[in-house]
Amino acid sequence: MAELTYRDAVIRGIAQEMSRDEDVVFLGEDVAKAGGVFKATVGLYEKFGPLRVRDTPISEQAILGAAMGAAMTGLKPIAEIMFSDFFAVCFDYIANEFPKSRYMTNGQTKCPLVVRTGNGAGSRFGAQHSQSVENWCMMIPGLKVVAPSSPIDVIGLLAASVRDPDPVIFLEHKSLYATKGEVPDGEILDKLGTAKILRPGKDATIVALALMVPRALAAAEKLAAEHGIDCEVIDVRSLVPLDTQTILGSVARTGRCFSVEENPRLCGWGAEIMSIIADEAFYDLDGPLVRITTPHCPLPAADILEDAILPSVDRIVDRVKRTLNS
Amino acid sequence: MLDKAAAQTAVNDDIGEEIRLELYRSQVNIREAEQRAYDLFLQNLVKGTSHLSLGQEAVAAGFATAMKKGDLSFCTYRGHAHTLARGVPVEKVLGELMQRDNGLMRGKGGSMHLTSEEHGVMGSYAIIGAHLPIACGAAWRAQYKKQDDVSVCFFGDGTTNIGAFHEALNFAAVWKLPVIFVCENNLYMEYTPIGDVTAVPSPAGDRASAYGLEKIVIDGNDADVVYRTAKKAFDKARAGGGPSLIECLTYRHSGHSRADPAKYRPEGELERWKLRDPIKIYRERLKQFGVTDETIAKIDADVKRVVDEATEACKAAPNPPMDILFTDVYADGGFAWRN
Repeated sequence: MAELTYRDAVIRGIAQEMSRDEDVVFLGEDVAKAGGVFKATVGLYEKFGPLRVRDTPISEQAILGAAMGAAMTGLKPIAEIMFSDFFAVCFDYIANEFPKSRYMTNGQTKCPLVVRTGNGAGSRFGAQHSQSVENWCMMIPGLKVVAPSSPIDVIGLLAASVRDPDPVIFLEHKSLYATKGEVPDGEILDKLGTAKILRPGKDATIVALALMVPRALAAAEKLAAEHGIDCEVIDVRSLVPLDTQTILGSVARTGRCFSVEENPRLCGWGAEIMSIIADEAFYDLDGPLVRITTPHCPLPAADILEDAILPSVDRIVDRVKRTLNS
Repeated sequence: MLDKAAAQTAVNDDIGEEIRLELYRSQVNIREAEQRAYDLFLQNLVKGTSHLSLGQEAVAAGFATAMKKGDLSFCTYRGHAHTLARGVPVEKVLGELMQRDNGLMRGKGGSMHLTSEEHGVMGSYAIIGAHLPIACGAAWRAQYKKQDDVSVCFFGDGTTNIGAFHEALNFAAVWKLPVIFVCENNLYMEYTPIGDVTAVPSPAGDRASAYGLEKIVIDGNDADVVYRTAKKAFDKARAGGGPSLIECLTYRHSGHSRADPAKYRPEGELERWKLRDPIKIYRERLKQFGVTDETIAKIDADVKRVVDEATEACKAAPNPPMDILFTDVYADGGFAWRN
């Protein structure tokens, strides 16, 4: 058992899989000699050498296209897109190529690859380097979409993603890289499509993802201590496949559900979850389904503005408290 | 098949009769199948869209004949020719165009996505430029695993103006990948003359130097020229010499796609190019090398018979069954996204 940062967990997760399987290769901008702009790939180049850990030009289409061609013909590439905002310049691969080739070819084409990316706000980088784009990916049939919130989940879910036969978008949260958590020694392998109840509670269910998970947990502690409201907090972890049973089971017990989403409001992942609850658990509900999201607005750079636009612990506490008391 | 007397007339010929006859058969096969696809479209039996390679047969035949088993082809939506040239049966191609259950992908992909991995046809890509980086990735795998196959990526002149083209060329050159980029310059990007929208006269050739590559612009209507050029590029790629970019000058006899009568072409242009019809050129070539009219006629008849049989088989084939509607979205065979 050791305490590890989320950043070091990325390194350990990639190293675990590259040590296990020679077909796992890694490419991206500044990932090899420089160790990544977020220092989340330090030492991999030295450990696995220049044939397996490769710096690319600033060519996001070439990165994802090459990953796909390699995956189709027998490798298991991990490709890094430095900021998830850059998905917009290589979206053809994410939207048209990776996810549709198997279906269109009646099962001939395989695409076992992982796209790792730095997602999310909190670094004061402004509107084009801070977005939460999980909803861009979740809506595309054929992709899997994963977003861990803790170091142990980073390793276990990254390993599961690399071993998965489908294309996986692996969203690392930039504001979590420095956070720490206990991680056991030895190989760690988790399962995609499994949500985790991180805090049991009886009054309301809060579902959250990535950076919103620690905020939901902090809000739950505050709600319990200051308002006597006992919340169950679920880390969704994997948007596709989606563990709806864990969420529906929790809502059946609590009768209430809140989503805490960093993505802008329209078509955020929480809307899909809430619609499933409304469809399938309507008679379990004791009140409205409430989404706490970043508003439908680009992200500002200034710290005071950025902090104000994301769902905060206080905003979560306030919405849950007002909803339950109304 | 091989006429021994004719073969003797081809002494000192670097290509040889056996390959020449294959180059011819391949071109005729494409011509016949593409013409049939057009006829079937007029009968409302080819659904959706289709992009024909009538007039461009020499490029597909020349490259495919120069390939070894295991070499990989990456095509565009104008990919019927390259798919047929790798040996995919005509029935499989026409069946997919007619969206029948006997099609290459049982009607799930359609005309623009012909794929037959068992023949090395690694897909036909309908988003311009998308497959150039993908071909790089397949070539990277060959390089990494020390396998000696080469990836060949075919695309039109219009592709040279999209970002992915330039990203892929640079990437392939920097990584010295065993990949061959083949631009079929048929003078039109969809409906617009390529010269009207491109800063240089040779859309691919004049870009080569930007990536440290040789400028190669060839007569794409002469299958011998294409074959020889392809052989050289394959040898270079297999020897670790990196990528090649080859521009083949050719001409599309039909419109861009099924709905296009190509009225934007100046009067007489099509007729001038038809004088340089690749199949006409090649028939003359075979005769020069002593191949008899009888041998040629037999190839023509054999191809036509196979296309006729394929047509009838496709007309008789059922529609795809509903039980394939939701298969192969994910690798587990299904489309489940939740529990």
